[in-house]
Amino acid sequence: MLYRTAGQFKTSYQADQALFPVRQDAFLLAVILAFAWVIFPLMASEFAYQTLLIPILIYSLAALGLNILTGYAGQLSLGTAAFMGVGAYACYKLVTLMPWLNPVVAILFSGVFSAGVGVAFGIPSLRIKGFYLAIATLAAQFFLVWLFEKWGWLYNYNASGAIQVPNLEMFGVYVAGPQASSVTQYYVVLAIVTLMTLLCINLTRGNLGRTWKATRDMDIAAELIGINLMRSKLTAFAVSSYVVGVAGALFVFMWRGAAEPNLFDIPLSFRILFIAIIGGLGSVLGNYLGAILIVGLPVVLNTLPEALGIPISSATVEHLNIMIVGSLIIFFLIIEPHGLARLWALIREKLIIWPFPH
Amino acid sequence: MMDGTEQTHWTKDERQAAVKDSEGYVTADGRQIGGVLMELRNITLRFGGVVAIKDISFDIREGEIRAIIGPNGAGKSSMLNIISGFYTPSEGELWYKGSKRPPMKPYEVARMGVARTFQNIALFEGMSVLDNVMTGRLTHMKAGIASQALWWGKARDEEIANREVVEKVIDFLEIQSIRKTPVGRLPYGLKKRVELARALAAEPSILLLDEPMAGMNVEEKEDMSRFILDVNDEFGTTICLIEHDMGVVMDLSDRVVVMDYGKKIGDGPPDEVRQNQDVIDAYLGVAH
Repeated sequence: MLYRTAGQFKTSYQADQALFPVRQDAFLLAVILAFAWVIFPLMASEFAYQTLLIPILIYSLAALGLNILTGYAGQLSLGTAAFMGVGAYACYKLVTLMPWLNPVVAILFSGVFSAGVGVAFGIPSLRIKGFYLAIATLAAQFFLVWLFEKWGWLYNYNASGAIQVPNLEMFGVYVAGPQASSVTQYYVVLAIVTLMTLLCINLTRGNLGRTWKATRDMDIAAELIGINLMRSKLTAFAVSSYVVGVAGALFVFMWRGAAEPNLFDIPLSFRILFIAIIGGLGSVLGNYLGAILIVGLPVVLNTLPEALGIPISSATVEHLNIMIVGSLIIFFLIIEPHGLARLWALIREKLIIWPFPH
Repeated sequence: MMDGTEQTHWTKDERQAAVKDSEGYVTADGRQIGGVLMELRNITLRFGGVVAIKDISFDIREGEIRAIIGPNGAGKSSMLNIISGFYTPSEGELWYKGSKRPPMKPYEVARMGVARTFQNIALFEGMSVLDNVMTGRLTHMKAGIASQALWWGKARDEEIANREVVEKVIDFLEIQSIRKTPVGRLPYGLKKRVELARALAAEPSILLLDEPMAGMNVEEKEDMSRFILDVNDEFGTTICLIEHDMGVVMDLSDRVVVMDYGKKIGDGPPDEVRQNQDVIDAYLGVAH
């Protein structure tokens, strides 16, 4: 009943193509945005910012980037972490070479570099697909991490071999580095993630999105209806790597504060791939749901026994945690192989026709 | 191109069949057929040592319904794949709209106004009917990536303008009620219709139909036949189709090319082809 769409008539194609043709969707999003922009910042602790809010947003963005490539354009990639690394190192070089640069501009611009690298490593996709392409992107993963380690210019030849985020100011407020407050960083991340999400939604529902989906669903038919597969795949690599690169820059500059090359190693790639798969390939919402599950659940499980006063050692909690998260992932994939986003879509569909079954 | 000087390669019969009169002709039901839209000259297609198509020439005229028939393995689908640019002929030339078509990629051919459907349905299963039909408009949409990302200006205008064209096609093929349904949930007959809608949405100069009625029951066949005739009638689209159902082919088409073992054994109006001894032999077998 709450989700009844009866009576919501569309009288123009523009209205039918609106971002949220169903009124309840728009309302739900408004509530979520109100929480994200107003209510969370009012009540969040330092711990919540650092372990939940900021990382969930950054991981969602990285998964969104991967989802454009894998979920929408159908090109499997295992090199996400390396492309995040390109964004992070590019951002580091930008702010150290040009200290006067606005940090947000630097973060948004660093994505351009990872887009370029992404396109270069996307070229094999023109000849190979599926698992073979995944192996090719794995080459990018190993090569780039190796490069981050060996190319001293990237980390300004400092002795530790790691990049350290300097204090960066914007309009008199520190937004990155040791002096920046979590609230400021949260708002910067939230603003960038909101903007990116909006742009990605528009891209995926428009002409380019249809081109990608056609390439994913049946490449031969796509080519015969006039799609240039090379362009379709390479734009997917470019847009995806751009978003992933921005996420990488945020990852280091707005959250970690420092990074060593092995931070961008393959476990991070897999983590983001899991988020995208569990959230739902080919959906924007899914990335958020997946990130909440993969990033948020362990935190909640870690703090739960203590909050309830159950005396378990932290090592046991850690182990239990891995078991519970693992089994939940399997559980969700069994009840809905297309991810949490599809689960929500089915629930929504049921709600619209409720109380009738059909 | 019509003066015949380049066609010395042809035999006399082939010329007679293909070029009855350069101005076009009037069909049995009184429709005026125009000049030559596409012309295939001495097309040969080899896969290694296998000759799939051997020295075939025929033309497709503006506004006509042209059928290609033949037993299994005769090379009909290969022929369609050559026209749509999926295969490049080993020998021979393809003339389109008065000029020789250089070897090009399938997507370039599509952009020149050649649309097609497939023998095995090739819809984009993960998308809704509306999105599938909208992909047919891809070649008509030019907005840049920035405009699309902002959903503003050119991209939004194009999105609405093309939606109107698509809705006309949806209306025409009577699939309004399923426009938001994911294609994967549709039954076979409707999928075929959606595929036709996608091809029509491109507003092609020439529409290639690869067995549009394969696997359909009588009613569905009748519906599809009606749609094919209506498309031809209403939009004046030139249609080239492959079909196995003889009754359908003979009723629908204006001229028929008959192929057997990669060779052309007949070409002409249905009645003429039906009388052709080679065609009868190919279809009914010959006593040895």
